[in-house]
Amino acid sequence: MTDLFPLLMILLMLNIVVGLMRVLRGPTAADRMLAAEMFATSAIAIALLLAVLTQREALVDLALVFALLSALAVVTFVNRAWSGRVRSSDGEDRP
Amino acid sequence: MGAPGLAFDGILGAALLWTAWQAIHAAGLFRAVVSFMVFGLLMALAWVRLEAPDIALAEAAIGAGITGALLLSALGRLDWEAGRATDECLRGRDRAFWVPTGLLLLAGLGGAAWLLPAPGLGEPVAAELGRSGVENPVTAVLLNFRAWDTLLEIAILLLGVVALWSLGPTPWPSSPELVSPALPMLGRVLFPAFVLVSAYLLWRGSHAPGGAFPAGAVMGAGGVLMLMAGARPWLSGDVHGPWRWALALGMVAMLGVAFAVMTGGHGFFEYPVELAGRLILLLELAAGLSIALLLFALYLGGEPPADWETRRPA
Amino acid sequence: MSLTGVIGGILTVGGVLFLLLGTLGLLRFPDVYTRLHAQPKADNIGLGMICLGLGVYSGSLSLTLKLLLVWLLMLVATAVGAGLIARAALRRGIRPWGL
Repeated sequence: MTDLFPLLMILLMLNIVVGLMRVLRGPTAADRMLAAEMFATSAIAIALLLAVLTQREALVDLALVFALLSALAVVTFVNRAWSGRVRSSDGEDRP
Repeated sequence: MGAPGLAFDGILGAALLWTAWQAIHAAGLFRAVVSFMVFGLLMALAWVRLEAPDIALAEAAIGAGITGALLLSALGRLDWEAGRATDECLRGRDRAFWVPTGLLLLAGLGGAAWLLPAPGLGEPVAAELGRSGVENPVTAVLLNFRAWDTLLEIAILLLGVVALWSLGPTPWPSSPELVSPALPMLGRVLFPAFVLVSAYLLWRGSHAPGGAFPAGAVMGAGGVLMLMAGARPWLSGDVHGPWRWALALGMVAMLGVAFAVMTGGHGFFEYPVELAGRLILLLELAAGLSIALLLFALYLGGEPPADWETRRPA
Repeated sequence: MSLTGVIGGILTVGGVLFLLLGTLGLLRFPDVYTRLHAQPKADNIGLGMICLGLGVYSGSLSLTLKLLLVWLLMLVATAVGAGLIARAALRRGIRPWGL
């Protein structure tokens, strides 16, 4: 069964490469952010497959860190980069 | 893994080059930032494939966490949506300078990699590992053999915070910009997980990949998440508060240990063998805590108010 | 081949298929809301099946619990993240496809 794991890893890596198309095309920032989220899931899956394949438990910790931090990017995105307010020069927020 | 492993590495390398190119040359700033975040993610996988799980962990904790948050927040302060597509592609004159410089740098790095002694310093480290007080060679190098470097790294972080705080008050509001019931819930659910994982990474550092830097980076990212989920940070700019000391804790602890061992007749940072394990644990704790606080303070981008509620300046 | 190996393998392969289907949705659906509808859900179930499959395959309880923690964290992050992106997009005035 472990013969299958490298194949699955290649599939997941191709998954990321194909998903890069969505980052390239957009059209909105939300689409690009969504694609970036998908990459985190695929990278976690790759790390977990490698962890079981090579018997390295440190890679599960790596996946754990990825999973924990994946929320941060989206929350920053909606709160800071794409919050829907454009700052004008007089310091007031307008919608 | 043979041929499939090679194929995987090939795709990974190509994707790395592509995202790096996009991060520099994408037509929009947002696309560049997302490309850079994906680059960090893929880089962590590349470190895994290079059998360097310690660096992969640090790259994941810093690249996927605090760097992404910093870049996206910086974007929010620019008017990146105003349609100013970057026309700052390489022009002829710049290209005449940067292309040869890049090639020269690449050749230099290639030459250095070629000339380095083949097994590196792994064997001397392995020979001395028994006297270092820990079982993980990376931690032994970071906090014992080359503790001096770690001291300077923490000093740089501290200097960065001092410089940033002197520029002005923090620009971030105390309440979230997007009103959603899911945000406070997310903070409440994830914060215990952040504490748990960073404590776990700190504890694992003595015998497996982990240690103060990844633990501090994860905890700092947790603080940033809580700030954006609407929590009021403990960290205040109060002159009489404990937080300025807490920021300097890692630096103070490392210098204290370095000088304390000198009074016992040892050299600078030369731990007595029987105490080495405990000293390293102490330093990891102090460094981890202060790295978490320093990264959070760096994210604030300015001096926090003395009181977050009234936003009274310090 | 043992029974746990077969079950674990089937779950893992199924999970990877779900991840691929999620990406198909991300690429083919017409606007951000429909993509949000397809991709996070497929990713959540895909990662869940991979974690479960690898846990069953390895046969170690501590590893399985850790894998489930990874899945749980990702479940929270993806679900809340998708909701937040949809809310932000609506507030920006992006109209759903076909309306």
